[in-house]
Amino acid sequence: MDFSYSEEQQMLKESVGKFVQQQYDFDTRNRIAASETGYSEENWKLFAELGWLTVPFGEEDGGFGDSAVDLMVMMEEFGKAMLLEPFLPSVVLAGRLLAALGDARQKEELLPALMVGNLQLACAWAESGSRYNLANVRLSARGEGGNVVLSGAKVNVLNGPNADKLLVTARESGAVTESDGLSVFLVDRDAPGVDVRAYANMDASRAARISFNEVTVPESARLGKPGGAYEALERVFDHATAAVCAQAVGALDALLRKTVEYSKTRKQFGVPIGSFQALQHRMADMFIECQLARSITVMAAMQLDSDAPWQTRSAAVSAAKSRLGRAIRKVGQEAVQIHGGIGMTDELDVSHLFRQATGLELLFGDADYHTARFTRLQNAG
Amino acid sequence: MNADFSPEDAAFRDEVREFLQNEFPTAYRDKVDAGIRLSKDEIVHWQKILFEKGWAAPNWPVEHGGTGWSTTQKHIFAMEMGLTGAPEPVPFGMKMVAPVLMAYGSEEQQQRFLPDILQSNVWWCQGYSEPNSGSDLASLKTSAVRDGDHYVVNGAKTWNTYGQYADWIFCLVRTDTTVKKQEGISFLLIDMHSPGVSHKPIVLLDGHSEVNEIFFDEVRVPAENLIGEENRGWTYAKVLLTHERTNIALVPRSTRRLRALRRAAASLDDGQGGSMLEDPVFSHRLAGLEIELKALEYAELRTLASLSVGKSPGPESSILKIVGTELAQRIDEMFLELGAYHSLPYLPEQFDEGFQGTTMEPGGLAGQGLVYLNDRKLSIFGGSNEVQRNIICKAVLGL
Repeated sequence: MDFSYSEEQQMLKESVGKFVQQQYDFDTRNRIAASETGYSEENWKLFAELGWLTVPFGEEDGGFGDSAVDLMVMMEEFGKAMLLEPFLPSVVLAGRLLAALGDARQKEELLPALMVGNLQLACAWAESGSRYNLANVRLSARGEGGNVVLSGAKVNVLNGPNADKLLVTARESGAVTESDGLSVFLVDRDAPGVDVRAYANMDASRAARISFNEVTVPESARLGKPGGAYEALERVFDHATAAVCAQAVGALDALLRKTVEYSKTRKQFGVPIGSFQALQHRMADMFIECQLARSITVMAAMQLDSDAPWQTRSAAVSAAKSRLGRAIRKVGQEAVQIHGGIGMTDELDVSHLFRQATGLELLFGDADYHTARFTRLQNAG
Repeated sequence: MNADFSPEDAAFRDEVREFLQNEFPTAYRDKVDAGIRLSKDEIVHWQKILFEKGWAAPNWPVEHGGTGWSTTQKHIFAMEMGLTGAPEPVPFGMKMVAPVLMAYGSEEQQQRFLPDILQSNVWWCQGYSEPNSGSDLASLKTSAVRDGDHYVVNGAKTWNTYGQYADWIFCLVRTDTTVKKQEGISFLLIDMHSPGVSHKPIVLLDGHSEVNEIFFDEVRVPAENLIGEENRGWTYAKVLLTHERTNIALVPRSTRRLRALRRAAASLDDGQGGSMLEDPVFSHRLAGLEIELKALEYAELRTLASLSVGKSPGPESSILKIVGTELAQRIDEMFLELGAYHSLPYLPEQFDEGFQGTTMEPGGLAGQGLVYLNDRKLSIFGGSNEVQRNIICKAVLGL
């Protein structure tokens, strides 16, 4: 058992930490958020140069090694700075899904371009009635004269407005919530019949609702075997969920640190508000939540990197996301409350961290969803 | 980072598991499973079995008869003991006074007291709290006045666990009333059989009297029983409190109890035609506790890992104390709720040593109502959880 970072992880942490501290202050982030694409193309190129876009890929795909702990180290720093660049949706989610399902030709065509920063991807998985169930897919794929025709609609397509290509989950057979019968198709975002309605989520990241109106793609656009995508989907989403936990750990640490600092400088009744025990104990509880959140995120990442059966690894991820969901509520709400009125304002970064954290709370499933999934996995074992 | 045990540690775990399987007496295990207290003789007997094996004092240095185990091995041992239900050594000698003796006692004191602690020949208890000194421990008033080569001790100590069994008590006593309260306290060892020492049992929420008040009336204590220097006792006591707070997360115990809770829930009717485990609300809350335990376990492992690279347990132990005790209490609450009417009978005597009848309630539930009551102590003792939060605020957050 070993809880220390390797030399490479330490370097990665320092490299990402240095970037966000020196080049990603709150004003810079606000400018990026207000830009047309909602992320900085310049930063994206830099990430590629620094090799960060290769981190979540195995060496056989030309990546850095695909370690969940490496990813955790990066995501935590990103969470502190509320990074807007689409690392999670384009690389961790869509990129890893492509790596998991794609054949040699599909990977060769797209993965190198993704890793050098020339390609943006998005994964279109959620539908208006699916909630967090990956298997709940109505969007249909039917064969027609050697092609496949996609019909249906997706919501919350993260990075959808900026993506060159979409990875779309579609049902080829089976009932709406069945895990068998699901495939993933590569679709050009500009293809005829693809209707993208772009918007910003509450964390300022860009997303889209996308409808697919009789979109025709060739058979070669399918990733993997017909109807056999579910297992890979679940595993890729487990990794992405652990990454989200790490991002939230960073956000919660920032919220705690800012709250404690503020309580030492803000004076009321002639004394710093941090001298009031009613507030001190609540900040102690925020600290405890941060420590537990970090501990269970470490557990999830270590389990993902282990040889444990997938059921065990998935249970660890759900345990972490469930616990993070509760920690986010507690730390986020207390941070705003202890700041008082100023914590409500758009001017202060605390309100932005709160919005980021709330987005992460729901993304890939809230506390109740993952507690129930944890129970299912436990009972199955 | 790597979550797996090394092959050596895995082999060690198997060795511990096998030893406990074979050597922890079945009769004791049955008692523990049924919530029945082990007697003093049984606890001492078990401790002597561990001594024979050389495992009586995992945390002691080798030169005093400790094991020399790594942090990971100590963790494995504590976990396996907890999962088996084997009682840990009574902490007052092994985990509390012994580290102070090793750090601050004279050579002669060490040779006089440590071997009997290691072999469980002598039962120790703790004389810290007083009727008017709880969380504000430094305000204690029990006085020790030097008279020739003796101290004369007068006063009262309280919340004295297992004082009724004890041969010796380690006490914080006031030796100077003219200075700042922390600077007039000394650390004194007192023979419980001395003339003038008496105890009165205190009946608690659960009907038991595991704690006592101890009275000192003109008790003459040889001056050679003073640890270290006079008026330095507060410093020594703080060292002791750090040791007391290690292993306070109760992870092995909570692991065992959550497994038992799951088993019990599967075997009990929900009153609607299914089992309690099939009750969605109950099972959801059970999973929530299992998840909390994982977070706690990894928080503890991370703390242990930092200890093994030489850091001393700091405010992290306050986190473990707060989260560990509050989780244990939440598990108790779920047992209480699981039992429904079976949790209500208030029959403390059926869990006492020597009880010959059969317990009334099904599925290991008989004692759970009383455990719930008894465990309210967890968030109060060892520095109340509010005091632990004060420590976090001061030591970590700089408030």
